[in-house]
Amino acid sequence: MSHVTSAVRPPLVTGGKTYADVTEDISRQVEGAPTREWTIAFTIAVVVLIYGTACVFWTWWEGLGVWGLNKTVGWAWDITNFVWWVGIGHAGTLISAILLLFRQKWRTAVNRAAEAMTIFAVLCAASFILMHMGRPWLAYWALPLPNTFGSLWVNFKSPLVWDVFAISTYFTVSLVFWYMGLIPDLATIRDRARSKVSRYIYGAFAMGWNGSAKTWARYEYMSLILAGLSTPLVLSVHTIVSMDFATSVIPGWHTTIFPPYFVAGAIFSGFAMVQNLVLIIRVVFKLEDYITIEHIESMNKVITLTGSIVGVAYLTEFFIAWYSGVEFESYAFINRATGPYWWAYWTMMTCNVITPQLFWSRAIRRSIVWTFVLSVVVNIGMWFERFVIIVTSLHRDYLPSSWAMFHPTLFDISDYIFSFGFFFTLFLLFSKFLPVVNMAEVKAVIKSSSERLPVSVSGVAKGERVANPTFNKDVE
Amino acid sequence: MENTSKRYWKGVEELRNDATFVKNANSEFANPDSIESSKDLNGLLGGSDTQRRDFLKVMGFGMAAVTLAACEAPVHKAIPYINKPEFTFPTISDYYASTFSEGGDYAAVLVETREGRPIKIEGNQQSSVSKGGTTARVQASVLSLYDIDKLKGPKRGDADIDWATADREIVNQLNSVAGKNGAIRIITSTILSPTTKAVVADFITKYPTARHITYDAYSVAGLIQANQSSFGKAVIPSYDFSKADTIVSINADFLGSWIAPIEFMNAYAKGRKIGAIGGGKKTMSRHYQFETGLSMTGSNADYRTAIKPSQEGLVVAALYNKVAAKLGGTSIGTASVEVANLDKAAADLANSRGKALVISGSNDPNVQTVVNALNGLLGNYGTTIDIDTPVNYRQGNDQQMNAFINEAKAGRVGAALFFGANPIYDHPRGAELAEALPKIALSVSFADRADETASLTKYITPAPHYLECWNDAEPKQGYYSLTQPAITNIYKTRQFQSSLLTWAGKPNDYQVYLKNYWETNYFPETEEFSSFEKFWVQSLNAGVFEPNSGQVSGGGAAFAGNVAAAGAAIAQRYKPTTGMELALYESVGIGTGAMANNPFLQELPDPVSKACWDNYAALSQKTAHDMGLAQNDMVTVSVNGKSIDLPVLIQPGQADNTVSVAIGYGREKGGKSANGVGKNAYPLAMIANGFVMYTAFNVKVEKASGSHVIAQTQTHDTVMGRTAVLQESRLASYQKNPKAGRHEPKVQTSKGETDATDITLWDGYGKPNHSWGMIIDLNSCIGCGTCVVACNAENNIQVVGRQEVINRREMHWMRIDRYYSSDAEAEDFSALEVASANPEVTFQPMLCQHCSNAPCETVCPVLATTHSTEGLNQMTYNRCVGTRYCANNCPYKVRRFNWFKYTDNDNFDYQYNNDLGKMSINPDVTVRSRGVIEKCSFCVQRIQEGKLTAKKERRRLEPDEVQTACSQACPTNAIIFGDMNNPISTISKILMEEREGRAFHVLEEINVRPQISYLTKIRNKDEELSKEANKEVHA
Repeated sequence: MSHVTSAVRPPLVTGGKTYADVTEDISRQVEGAPTREWTIAFTIAVVVLIYGTACVFWTWWEGLGVWGLNKTVGWAWDITNFVWWVGIGHAGTLISAILLLFRQKWRTAVNRAAEAMTIFAVLCAASFILMHMGRPWLAYWALPLPNTFGSLWVNFKSPLVWDVFAISTYFTVSLVFWYMGLIPDLATIRDRARSKVSRYIYGAFAMGWNGSAKTWARYEYMSLILAGLSTPLVLSVHTIVSMDFATSVIPGWHTTIFPPYFVAGAIFSGFAMVQNLVLIIRVVFKLEDYITIEHIESMNKVITLTGSIVGVAYLTEFFIAWYSGVEFESYAFINRATGPYWWAYWTMMTCNVITPQLFWSRAIRRSIVWTFVLSVVVNIGMWFERFVIIVTSLHRDYLPSSWAMFHPTLFDISDYIFSFGFFFTLFLLFSKFLPVVNMAEVKAVIKSSSERLPVSVSGVAKGERVANPTFNKDVE
Repeated sequence: MENTSKRYWKGVEELRNDATFVKNANSEFANPDSIESSKDLNGLLGGSDTQRRDFLKVMGFGMAAVTLAACEAPVHKAIPYINKPEFTFPTISDYYASTFSEGGDYAAVLVETREGRPIKIEGNQQSSVSKGGTTARVQASVLSLYDIDKLKGPKRGDADIDWATADREIVNQLNSVAGKNGAIRIITSTILSPTTKAVVADFITKYPTARHITYDAYSVAGLIQANQSSFGKAVIPSYDFSKADTIVSINADFLGSWIAPIEFMNAYAKGRKIGAIGGGKKTMSRHYQFETGLSMTGSNADYRTAIKPSQEGLVVAALYNKVAAKLGGTSIGTASVEVANLDKAAADLANSRGKALVISGSNDPNVQTVVNALNGLLGNYGTTIDIDTPVNYRQGNDQQMNAFINEAKAGRVGAALFFGANPIYDHPRGAELAEALPKIALSVSFADRADETASLTKYITPAPHYLECWNDAEPKQGYYSLTQPAITNIYKTRQFQSSLLTWAGKPNDYQVYLKNYWETNYFPETEEFSSFEKFWVQSLNAGVFEPNSGQVSGGGAAFAGNVAAAGAAIAQRYKPTTGMELALYESVGIGTGAMANNPFLQELPDPVSKACWDNYAALSQKTAHDMGLAQNDMVTVSVNGKSIDLPVLIQPGQADNTVSVAIGYGREKGGKSANGVGKNAYPLAMIANGFVMYTAFNVKVEKASGSHVIAQTQTHDTVMGRTAVLQESRLASYQKNPKAGRHEPKVQTSKGETDATDITLWDGYGKPNHSWGMIIDLNSCIGCGTCVVACNAENNIQVVGRQEVINRREMHWMRIDRYYSSDAEAEDFSALEVASANPEVTFQPMLCQHCSNAPCETVCPVLATTHSTEGLNQMTYNRCVGTRYCANNCPYKVRRFNWFKYTDNDNFDYQYNNDLGKMSINPDVTVRSRGVIEKCSFCVQRIQEGKLTAKKERRRLEPDEVQTACSQACPTNAIIFGDMNNPISTISKILMEEREGRAFHVLEEINVRPQISYLTKIRNKDEELSKEANKEVHA
C-alpha cells in the first residue's frame, strides 16, 4: 500500500515509534499482569453487573409491572435505552467502514476500540429488546422460523420485525469485521506468547495467520468488502429503528424526518462514547502516542457536525408541527417544550444542541478534560432525546382521558444500570485480553504519517527487543 | 357397503313422524330449559298431557337436584360429568329468571349459569319495572356469591356451631325473652318481599312482643312523611321521567342513587333521545339540577347550579314562590335566595304544566312538602307522578329506628334480630348501638359475614346470597317478581325466612311457603291459567307477574298539606351561612356500602370524579385554593364533635365552601376488599326532628398532616378543545341542522377539497358476511358504569387494586371517559387543562373501536392481532409476546397489558386468588396470562355462540340477535350493537339516517375507520351566549 499524506498534516503517531515500539506498546497490556486500575475498574463493573442481573432477573420473574410503565405509556426507559445503545454502536461502524472507504488514516488508532464498543453496545441494546417483552421466552417468535404452529408467520409490515433483521445483520457484520481486523494482531500475540496456554488460545483465534503477502492481500480485500457491506448498515440500522416511531400514528412519532435525524443522532452519541472510552484507554494504557490530540480533535469535529444536524432536525420538527396545521402534532410539540416533561426537553436541547457548539473553539476541541466532559453531556442529551420522543409523545396523545405520567421505578433504573455493568465488563475484558489498538494498521501508517526522529535515536534493529520502549520520549 | 332398504326407527315418534318431531329432529338439545320454552314447561307440569319422557325429565331433575343439594363442600377439582344432570349441558348456558333485591334496590334479572355455576346477571326484559335494565351493583352481584369472606355456617360468638344447636339455643332464649314479656325487635333494611313480610308477621304472631323495624342506610323517610301529610298516604309515588318536559331536581341523584335509578334512568333517557335513536323526535326534556356536589345526575343536566346545603330549602321555596307567582298560588315566606337559573327553571316549569317534574333528595319532610305543593301546583300528579301506584323501594322509618336505639340503650330490648341490616356501620347512631348491644340478651344477625354488627351479636345465622334463595318481591304495588335459586347453597347457610319459620315453630321450607302464599294471594288475581301449577311455572319462568302493568292508573291527587307551615319550618332551618357545609351522598358504585366487598364495584370509578377504592372530601377549586389545599392533601372534616380524616379531591362543580363525602366506605369488617378502603362517613350524618339529615351546615374542615393519593382512572379533566374527539351542540342548532356540532375534517388535494377519509394507502378488508358495529348515543349515555361492570363480569377482567389504578394500569376494556368543559380560549393550552368552576360534563364510553385500518394490527411483529372478515379487530393472546407496540400505537388507548400474573397471586388477592372466586369465571373467555395484551373483543364469544345457534337451526342470524355484554346491560339503551351488513338491524337503520346527521367517528381524520359511531351530544340549552354573558350565568 502506498500512502500519500499531505505534509501539513500533523503526524498520526508521535514519539517516533518504530514498528517494534508499536508491537511492544500495545501488547504490553495483553501480556502483562492486570494493572491495579484495571482490577479496580473490573471489580466495579462486575459488581454492577451482578446487581443489575439480579434486578433484571426479578423483572423477568415478577413481570414488567415492576417498571413504571402504564396503559398510556407502554414504552419508556426500556426502548429509550435500546435506541440509545444502538445509537452508540454506530460510531464504531462508521469509523471502521466509512472512514476506511474514505481513507481516513486517523481511524487506525481508534477503530479497534470503537468496533468493540459497537458490538458490546448492540448486545446491550439487544438485552433491552428481550427485557421489554411481556413474554421474552417467546422472543424467537419474531423470527421467521418454520414452525409447527400452522401457518403462523411474522408480520413483515411491522417495524419491529424490520428491527430484528436490521439489528441481527448489523451485529453479525460488525462482529465479523472486528474479528477479521483482530486476526493479524492475534497472530502477533501468539508469536510473542511465552506460555503454552496463551499461545494455544491466541493461536486458535488467529486461525493460522502466517503474515504472507497473500494473506495480507486477502485481509485487505476482505476489509474492503466488509466495509462496503457495513456502510449501508450505518445508515439502515438507525433508519429502521427510527421507523419504529415514524410509521406509527402517534403525534410526535409520525414524522418523516426521523431516519436522517436518527442516523445523525446515532453517530453523534457514538462518537461521544468513543471519546469517553479512548480518553481513558490512552491514559491508562499509556497510548498517548497512538491516540493523539489530533484524533480527539477529528472526532470532536464529527460531533459538532452531527450535533448541528440533530439541532436542525429539532427545529424542523417544530416548524413542521406548526406548518402542518395538525392540531395533535402541534400540541405534541408544544407539550414537549412546555408540558410536564419540559425539563427533559430542555435537558435534551441544552446537551445536544448548545454544548457541542463549544467545540468551535480550538482550545476546547483540543482539551482532553473539555472533550471528556462534553462527551458525557452529549450522551446524557442523546438519552434524553429518546426519552423525550418516546415518553412525551405517548403520555399525551389523542384522547385526553388517557393522558398519564410516567415515573421510573427502582427497576427501571437498575435495569439500565445492568446494561452499564454488562457493557463495561465486556469492554474491560476486551481491553485486557485483546490489543485495544490495531497494531497492524497503525504500522501501516507509521511510515507515512508518524513523527520522525533522528535515525540514530530511533533506529532500533529489527526484531531486537527493547527493554524500555519509552526511552524515545527521553530523547524528545 | 351394500345399500339396504331396511330402516330402523329410533323411537315411536320417528315412526309416527308427526310435525313437532320433524321440527325438532335436528336440534341437538330437544328441550332447553330456557325462557323461550315456557309453553312446553306448562304442558310438562300441568299434568294433563305429561308424557313418559317428560316424567323421566322431571324425575331426573329431581334426582339431580337432590344429589346436588347433598353436596356439602365446594368442589375443588374439575370433575367430568360421568352422570350428567339431564338439563345441564357442558358449554351451554342456562338462563334462570330471578330477582335482585338488596336493601330495597330492585332488578328483575336473568341468571346465566354454566355447568351449574351462575356466571353473569342480565336484565329481564319482561319486567315493566326494570325493563331489562341493570345497574353496576346488579351486574357485580354475581361476584358476591363467590365471596371467600363469607361465613361457612352459623356461629355463636367466634365458635362454629351447627344449625340444630343454633336453633335450639335461639328458640330457648326467644322463649325466655318472650316469657318475660321482653321486647323482641327484628331490624331490617327495606324488604321488598311480601312473602317475607308474611313470614315476619307469622314470627310476630308466635312472639307477640316482637316488632319489625325497617330503616334504610340512606333514608328517604322524610319524603314518605311528607306524602303522609300532603296526601294521607305514607308512600313513595311512582315517578315517570319520560313524560316530563321539564325536570327540576334539587339534590336528588335520581340517575345514580335516589330511590330507584334503574327505573328512572330508562325513563329519563327516553326523554333525552333525539333523532333516529329516539324514534325521529326532535325535542328532548330539559333538566335543571340544583345540587351541592357534582353528581352523575347533575352531570347530565342541561342547566346545573351549585348550591350550598343550607340553600336547599330556600331554593325549593323560591322555586315554589316563583311558580306560584306565575300560576297563581299562595307564596310562602322564606328568605330569598340568589342562585343562577332559578327564574329560568320556574319559567320552564310554568310553561310545561302537567309535563313537569320536581324532585328533591332531601330527607327533610318540610322541603318535601313544598316540593309536593309545587308538583301539585303544576298538575304533575296523575301525569308524571303516580301516587296511586306507590313503590316499595324505601320503607325505612327513621323514628322507629331511633326509638329502637333508645330502647336498646335503656336496656329494654330482650332480643334483636338483624337481617340485611348493619346499623352499627351504616346508621349515624351506630356507635351508640354498638355500646348498647351487650345489654340485649339475645342478638342474632343473618349477615353472610361477621360484619360490624354481626361480629358483636351473640349469634350469626348466615343467610345465603340471593342467587341461592327462593323469594319474591313487590317493587311497585301490583308488580311482583320471583327469585329462584340458580345454585344450591354453597355454604351451610339458611334463608332468613326459613330461620324465622323454624323459630316460630312452623314448617321451615320457604319454597313451599312462598308457593302457598302466591297461590292464596296472587293466583286469584289472574284468570289466564287453569291451574296454580301452570301459573307458578309461568311466573317462575318469566320471573315476573304484573297484574297491574296493563292498567292505566291516574294517580292524581290533590295536595292537602300545609305548605305555609312547611315554609315556616324551612325559613327556620335554612339560613345563609358563611362557614363550610357538608353534604353526604351515596356513590353510584358502592352505594350504601352493603356490597363494599365486591372488587368489581371497588374498582368501578365514580362516574364523575373517576376515583375508585376510596372516598374523599370533594372541595371546589376555589375553596381548596382559599384553604391552601391541593389534591390528595389530608383534611379533617368535623361535625358536632365527630371527625374523619380524608384526602382532598378537587371537584369542579362543587359548591364553594362545601365538602361532599360519600357514604358506604370505611368498612372495618366487610371483607378483604372492603376493609380499610376510605372512611366511614355515616357518623357525620345527624338526626334532626327524628329524620336522618345527610347535610350539615356547620362543619369544620382543617388541613391535616400527610397526604393520601386518590386512585383515579382519569386524571386529565378536559378535552382540550379537541372536536375530533367530542362533538356536541345545542338543541336549537340541532333542530336547524342535524349535523350541528359535527367536526368534518377535509383535506386539500389536486382535485379540490375532499373528506380526510377519502384518501388512503390501505386496501381495506372485505366484510362479506357480517360487519359488527356499534352506535353509542352520547345523549342518552348517563355515565353510570353498568356497562363497565357487565364487561368485567362477561370477560373475566382482572381487578388490580388501588395501587395499580394509581399506577394507571386498570384492566377495564370498557371505560367511560368523562370530560369537563373549560372556559379557556381554544389556543390557550395550559388554561384549557383547567375545568370550569361549574362545568358542562360529557360522558364518552370508550372501548376498542375495531378500526378497519387498525394501527395496532400493522405493528404487531408476530401477527397476534389481526382483522376478521366480520370487521373485528382480533386479539390472539396465545400468540402475543408482549411488545406493547400495539397499545402505544392505539389512538384510543384501549389496549391493556398484563403487567403481572393477576391470578393466584397474593399481591392481587381478589376473586381470582381463590377457588371459590374462580367459579365466577366465564368459561367462554380465556383468562389472560402475564405479559400479553388484551382488549375489547366485541364479545366475540357471544357472536360465535349466536352464529352457531343460527347455523344449527339452519337460518341467518336475526337482526340484533347477538348483543355484547355492554349493549345488553346498558339501562338507557345508549349502546346499540349489531350487524351493519344487515339492512334491517337497528344499527343499520339508525346509521342510515344519522350518517348525515349526528353520527361521527372519534378521530375521523386519522382514517382508521372505526366500526363504532358516536351520536353527538345535544344539550337542551339556549343558544350560546357571548363569552361574557356566559360567564355571568356561571358566576
